Amino acid sequence: MGDMNIQAIEQYRSDFLKEVEERVEEGHWVKMCMQCGVCSGSCPFGPHWAHPPQEIFMMIRAGKREEVLSSDSMWMCTSCYNCVVRCPRQLPITQIMHGLATYAHRLGLAPRNQPTRDFSILFWENCTKTGRVNELKLTLGVYFREGLMAGIKKAWNMRNIGFGLLLTKRLNPFELFKGHACKDQKGIHAMLKKAQEIEARRHKLPA
Amino acid sequence: MAEMKTAAYVCRGCGIGERIDTARTAKVAEKEGKVQLVRQHDFLCNAEGVQLIRDDIEKEGVTHIAIGACSRRSKTEAFYFPTVALSRANLREGVIWTQPETEEARETTQEMADDYVRMACAEVKKMKLPAGNPEVGHAKRLLVVGGGVSGMTAALEAAKAGYSVVLVEKTGSLGGWAAKIHQRVPFHEPYQDPAPTGVTELAAAVTGDPGIKVYLNATLSRTSGAPGRFKVQIATESGGSSAEEVGAIVQATGFTTYDIAKLPELGGGKSPNVVDQAGLEKLAMEAAAKGQPIRRPSDGGEVKTVAFVQCAGQRDETGTHLPYCSGHCCATSIKQAMYFKDANPGVDTVVIYTDLRVPGNGEDFYRSGQSKGVTFTKGKVSSVEAGGNGCKVNFHDLILDDKNASIQADLVVLATGQVPVSGVNIEKQEEMPAEEKKVISILNLDYRQGPDLPQLKYGFTDSHFICFPYETRRTGIYAAGPVRRPMDMVQAIEDATGATLKAIQAMENAELGRAAHPRSGDLSFPSFRVDGCTQCKRCTVECPFGAIDEDEQRYPVFNESRCRRCGTCMGACPVRVISFENYSVDTVGSQIKAVDMPDEFSEKPRILVLACENDAYPALDMAGMTRTQYSAFVRVIPVRCLGSVNSIWITDALNSGYDGVMLMGCKHGDDYQCHFVKGSELATYRMSKIDDTLKQLALETERVATYEVAITDIARVPRLINDYAAKINEIGMSPLKGFA
Amino acid sequence: MAKKEYAFYPGCSSQLKASASNYLVSVNAMCKTLDVKLTTIPDWNCCGASISYAGAGELPRHVLNARNFALSEQHLPGQDIVATCAACWLGARETKEKLDASSQLLADTNEALKAAGLHYEGKAEIRHMVAVLIEDFGYAELGKPVVKPLEGLKFAGYVGCQTNRPFGIAGESFENPMYLDKLVETVGAEALTQYDQKVTCCGGALAFSETEKAMKQIKDIVESAYDHGADMIVTPCPLCQANVEVYQSEINKTHSTKFAMPVTYYSQLMTVAYGGTPKEAGLDGHIIKPTKLQEIAVKVVPKR
Repeated sequence: MGDMNIQAIEQYRSDFLKEVEERVEEGHWVKMCMQCGVCSGSCPFGPHWAHPPQEIFMMIRAGKREEVLSSDSMWMCTSCYNCVVRCPRQLPITQIMHGLATYAHRLGLAPRNQPTRDFSILFWENCTKTGRVNELKLTLGVYFREGLMAGIKKAWNMRNIGFGLLLTKRLNPFELFKGHACKDQKGIHAMLKKAQEIEARRHKLPA
Repeated sequence: MAEMKTAAYVCRGCGIGERIDTARTAKVAEKEGKVQLVRQHDFLCNAEGVQLIRDDIEKEGVTHIAIGACSRRSKTEAFYFPTVALSRANLREGVIWTQPETEEARETTQEMADDYVRMACAEVKKMKLPAGNPEVGHAKRLLVVGGGVSGMTAALEAAKAGYSVVLVEKTGSLGGWAAKIHQRVPFHEPYQDPAPTGVTELAAAVTGDPGIKVYLNATLSRTSGAPGRFKVQIATESGGSSAEEVGAIVQATGFTTYDIAKLPELGGGKSPNVVDQAGLEKLAMEAAAKGQPIRRPSDGGEVKTVAFVQCAGQRDETGTHLPYCSGHCCATSIKQAMYFKDANPGVDTVVIYTDLRVPGNGEDFYRSGQSKGVTFTKGKVSSVEAGGNGCKVNFHDLILDDKNASIQADLVVLATGQVPVSGVNIEKQEEMPAEEKKVISILNLDYRQGPDLPQLKYGFTDSHFICFPYETRRTGIYAAGPVRRPMDMVQAIEDATGATLKAIQAMENAELGRAAHPRSGDLSFPSFRVDGCTQCKRCTVECPFGAIDEDEQRYPVFNESRCRRCGTCMGACPVRVISFENYSVDTVGSQIKAVDMPDEFSEKPRILVLACENDAYPALDMAGMTRTQYSAFVRVIPVRCLGSVNSIWITDALNSGYDGVMLMGCKHGDDYQCHFVKGSELATYRMSKIDDTLKQLALETERVATYEVAITDIARVPRLINDYAAKINEIGMSPLKGFA
Repeated sequence: MAKKEYAFYPGCSSQLKASASNYLVSVNAMCKTLDVKLTTIPDWNCCGASISYAGAGELPRHVLNARNFALSEQHLPGQDIVATCAACWLGARETKEKLDASSQLLADTNEALKAAGLHYEGKAEIRHMVAVLIEDFGYAELGKPVVKPLEGLKFAGYVGCQTNRPFGIAGESFENPMYLDKLVETVGAEALTQYDQKVTCCGGALAFSETEKAMKQIKDIVESAYDHGADMIVTPCPLCQANVEVYQSEINKTHSTKFAMPVTYYSQLMTVAYGGTPKEAGLDGHIIKPTKLQEIAVKVVPKR
């Protein structure tokens, strides 16, 4: 991952905007931001962003690469799409934030132990393993991400919720052993592997 | 003129007949109004009713008519009798539509109607049919001052409309600033790329038009006369002088750029690598001529980064530089950034702005700039360090709140503002030596009030921003383009077209002896009785339009064609010698006195409302249309402008027992709405002095109140009236009742 | 033959013993009454939801969705794909729009799909169940089978985010969509149209990772429902339902509140109003029991 970062720095030098345009999902929209700030004001988690979207866009243009990619701001996006529908320039802000977070993660610059980052990876791995989400493993994965003791503590704290879901047949303890799954898992894995290869090519990522 | 024969008509239509005892009203006209012929009609504005009046005029020889029906603003086409003097009693909007339809209100409603008929009868008897201005001029030639885009457009538009033109340009060639720019901001779809200026073609069209006579290297050494008969002396650089007679003038003298040397903190004047927008245009034109990219001025090096500093010496709050926004500069910077980006996308172009303002279709152009990779940084530039071959632009990044942000640039472009070329500021001309004045002046008007167009703010010529943007305060002289307000080329072209049409209208009206806007078509004009005049100069000083000069004995000399017929001179005159044939101290004064004044025990106060006919009176009418009720104790008289209100009307009203006087005029100040620019302001000033008079009469100062009323104050005006009526109720009836 | 047929994309949370299993139960009952036949897309897979981005990237996410489209085209040709989950619908719809707009992306997607032996033609339409109800039936039609109007019940219509933005239901505003209120009124209940947290985000997937922050959102959503006198919240989104319901006990712990606001699905309201049993309406699937709805559901159905 570190190599990929060094490669990117060399390839784009000081032109972070260009890097974003070529490598980040919907990154070509960044230059179209007109700095009105409606996105920042519309975000439900706005106060928790060290740099709300408006600032992120400005920082990209100002070439503040490290600050942007190592920020945990983008990871605050709840995918509510409020910014997207309100943006007077129709920027797909949610997707750009996801794209930046993804890129930062891939370069290894995203903050370590960032909970949403961890959850995002966990979710992807969870759902692509069998083709469908295993909710029990997903939940336990969240609880135990910081180790066994922390996990037990968290699970204990949330026991009411767990029992509640269990009692209402909305959580299946047996999913730990055998959960829902697609039949053609092999095909799914092959297709995703192929997709990742193509995407790396399109985003000019080193092979 | 034939002997006066008066007639009054009381309409019973639109519900007037049901709400008012019109027989009684008719009797009032006859007995108290002393009108010779009185008729009632069920539907006066229909063909039959109108014919009745027409027959009376033709067969009965009626010369003066009072119509008691709807507002004077309604049915003006039906009640158009140009051969007789006409007054209107507003029984519909002014009475039945604003009074409650109750049995209790019947009496006061009737009293209102009767009073309005008394007033109309009294007024019309003091009126004369205006004969028209004898001082007509027949010149139909248009003088255009300035050969830039605005001036050339004005000349061509006039020529296309069939009017010959004299164009005076102070430099040796046509084109103005437009000839000094490489390309212009796009003005049609898709608003994406800089466009050719088209100025060569425009200049060729002007010089090739046989109806346009062009003077180059020429200025105006004297302008005298009035619409339809302006006489101008044109001085040429070679020392020659020509005289021309013109009917109207379009002043399109444009702007100069704010001196970049006044901005040393932004590197202005410190390095050839810091230029203003005009400077960049020059570089772009030179580069284009050589077929090369724009080079760094200091050493001819390659330009890799260009910084555009918006609002350089503009929108300045410190009082040092221009306080205003010039409007075009954001789009101009975007365009100039494209000079670089279109030639080489690798060049970094950064526009540092606080608020990007791109009026019109500029948003599309802005987006295009963004698409081309022009970087827009919201920030305020604190300084530019210019030296050698590089510049460091220090700025406060307003989004990231980084006060120490900076970028290195090969070239810095300062977006400075437009400074109008508007000649002498006549408000401050006293301090200026005559010779200097002569040189600076553009028009060299020999008007009493000064040699150039009055200015409003920041040196831009005064024009009615809301309603009549091209009208200056000199009738027949129209300002167009950036001399009027900062603007871009698209706006200047539109402006010049509009101003030209107004100028043509002014020439046509002048020939017919009629007023120009806003009383367009009015045939009345002010006349004064010389034997009563005390040469006090108030009229000559206060006329908002500089229409009145002075003769050697300092008596006023009225230039009817320059007059807008507002009556501000009439309001100003302390000895009341100025009047119009159909609007005078007497026409209003007699109405004030005609009102039947109840005694002090009647519990029926009387409040006189003098309402500006342009805004306040329509607002009152519209209050009626919306059936908004107001006090039955008011008697409203429309006035041409609050500036025409002579203080004698106030003292007369108070002396004859009115309990209060309300004056309703337009908003004044820098954002005035007064149709006559200064009328309402002067009236307010005059009324501020009326307190002394009230004290002399031992009256409370509240008995005279002045209000700013806009035409949109439909709900507010009734409220003002009712609040004032309550106030009068509080302070009690006037002690002067019964003494008149 | 059923009146209307659709290819059905249930999504992970609607599966048996998953977090929104009762949503599916009620949807099935509702569709039975409306004579709608839902045929599940064979071997459908997860959409990736909106949270998987960091692992997924762009193309793999689209490929996941396109696999479902391809399967639907293959097995259920000509049928619109209907999703009940807001995130499934949003993810699928986004993929659909992106692939429609870019031939490059479509080609890349098909290149990847080939590895699973599939091909996407680009024909499938992706719709949310709510859109199907409104557009293919209409409120009047939906009101016809009502045998037990939910009279006297007051619902705070909590639309949330993903059925509303960025696509939304046609003709609705993003700031104040009315369809949920209209559905509530269709089944004879009272819609609290002034409910001001209608489109507030519940925190979505970040309820897992940023629980505290999400709980603040949820607190506002529930509190406002109380302030407006709601008996229950109703929502079209399974994640909204889960978050807003299950975290109330945690909020009570931290804020000493006494929240016990039931959170239901529109499909449950419709099932009960159509005369369905509590079980058919999935009312047994709530941690906070929708007692008032239960009371109506157990009443004897009048003969039609």
